[in-house]
Amino acid sequence: MRRYGYLIAFVTIFVKEVTRFTRIWLQTILPPAITMTLYFVIFGHLIGPRIGDMGGFRYIQYIAPGLIMMSVITSAYANVVSSFFGAKFQKHIEEMLVAPIPNWVILSGYVCGGVARGVIVGIVVTVVALFFTDLHMHSFWITAAVVLLTSILFSLGGLINGIFARSFDDISIIPTFVLTPLTYLGGVFYSIDLLPGFWQRVSLANPILYMVNAFRYGILGVSDIDVATALFVLAVFSAALFAVCLALLNRGVGIRT
Amino acid sequence: MHALEIRQLTKTYKNGVVALKGIDLTVDEGDFFALLGPNGAGKSTTIGIISSLVNKTGGSVRVYGVDMDTHLEEAKSFIGLVPQEINFSQFETVLDIVVNQAGFYGVKRRLALERAEKYLGKLGLWDKRDHRSRTLSGGMKRRLMIARAMLHEPRLLILDEPTAGVDIELRRSLWDFLREMNAGGTTIILTTHYLEEAESLCRNIAIIDKGVIIEHTTMKRLLAQLNVETFILDLRKPLAALPELDCFAVHRVDETTLSVDISKERSVNELFAQLSARGIEVASMRNKANRLEELFVRLLAENGPSAAAAKAAAGATRP
Repeated sequence: MRRYGYLIAFVTIFVKEVTRFTRIWLQTILPPAITMTLYFVIFGHLIGPRIGDMGGFRYIQYIAPGLIMMSVITSAYANVVSSFFGAKFQKHIEEMLVAPIPNWVILSGYVCGGVARGVIVGIVVTVVALFFTDLHMHSFWITAAVVLLTSILFSLGGLINGIFARSFDDISIIPTFVLTPLTYLGGVFYSIDLLPGFWQRVSLANPILYMVNAFRYGILGVSDIDVATALFVLAVFSAALFAVCLALLNRGVGIRT
Repeated sequence: MHALEIRQLTKTYKNGVVALKGIDLTVDEGDFFALLGPNGAGKSTTIGIISSLVNKTGGSVRVYGVDMDTHLEEAKSFIGLVPQEINFSQFETVLDIVVNQAGFYGVKRRLALERAEKYLGKLGLWDKRDHRSRTLSGGMKRRLMIARAMLHEPRLLILDEPTAGVDIELRRSLWDFLREMNAGGTTIILTTHYLEEAESLCRNIAIIDKGVIIEHTTMKRLLAQLNVETFILDLRKPLAALPELDCFAVHRVDETTLSVDISKERSVNELFAQLSARGIEVASMRNKANRLEELFVRLLAENGPSAAAAKAAAGATRP
């Protein structure tokens, strides 16, 4: 199949993915908006004024970037893991496996689908945040780069989960026991400067800390860590996970007997 | 030219089950080919390997001369697959399912829509194009899988039990569709448990059992192996006693029905002459079983894998 054929196949997978999550927007786009509204009401308006400023900003302003990033992470991950495992479960992944498409095209289609949901949910949650606080864009390009790289990284993570999953229970284990704790401990609600030295160093091993802080820098211009380092870490991890996903698909792990 | 050429194909699953024990198979371009065998014989594994859903353990597969090991995508582009189990999204519409499949094969959307109208129309599904697939009946789902496999107009169409659980009227309409595709130049490989279907449609045949090909020949030659056919005769009047006929083995089913074995050397005319001479009037006559079915059962009983392996070694399985 010529390269133009690959492009048609990629667009087909991408449009199929976007159609899927927009068709069920009540399950995919609305819940993060409602959850984040509750966070803003409880942590921003009720508890936030008692906490005072953090990093030179009102508490609600400080947590807003982290909450947006949290939505992006969970949405990108959930989109790919549920879509890929659903395709395996219903066996319609075979539609792609029998077709003359290289695995990198299948992988790119699913990842871009995850990125699309991550970005759309990110925009929706940002609009929700604007009802509660003012947000100014410190650097559009850093903000966009962080959102894209984070969405790519967690879409790839979701795909790996989908490849190994054998039941619907398996696709909720990683989000529940790994993703959620790392997100909550990734500096969404606090600056790591508040932690004792030992726990500050432990926090640096949490990849989500880099994403949240880099995104916060893009919006507010403040960060606990070096932004260039964060972007570099994100790019390296994305490239590494892409290679892992491709190797798994090429070996047919979880999809071919 | 061979549409499909399989050499020494082996498959051992992770649980140790040996599904294929080095099979050789060739299917000519334009053929209508039957791959038969009992459940668990290795048919679906063979088809899975050809369509790259199953990883082979050893051997080679060439599709229209293209080696699947070295030019996988080119080989895949020739194949259309109708799997045994329903494998499309239950939440998508009929039109989306077929047009997306064309997209996976690099077919432009405009052309895909034209073909969707053509094939969904031929298979009586165009009116259902905007329906979600889960709302279709079992027969419609089968037809949808055939339409989906045709959207990139494959040169080799593989159907794994396409008419399983389908009523006879629909089955015959699918036969007509497949005959039309075959007449148009599409090579077809069919697996089925309906042996009447294979006998009616296919020109060449292979029978596989326990991972070994035990017969690979033309349908005509295979049927010629049948030495004795059993016919059921429905009589006009009840019989008091079983008639004794020269050179025909006669069995009484009930008082107005006889079962008669006719060997290849004897003719039906001889039988009727003898019956007429005894004043027995026959109202109707039919085969006791499908001819291919009789042979199929006999071959499976006679050609265990060990016998077949010896036969293959002697080069006796090819026509």
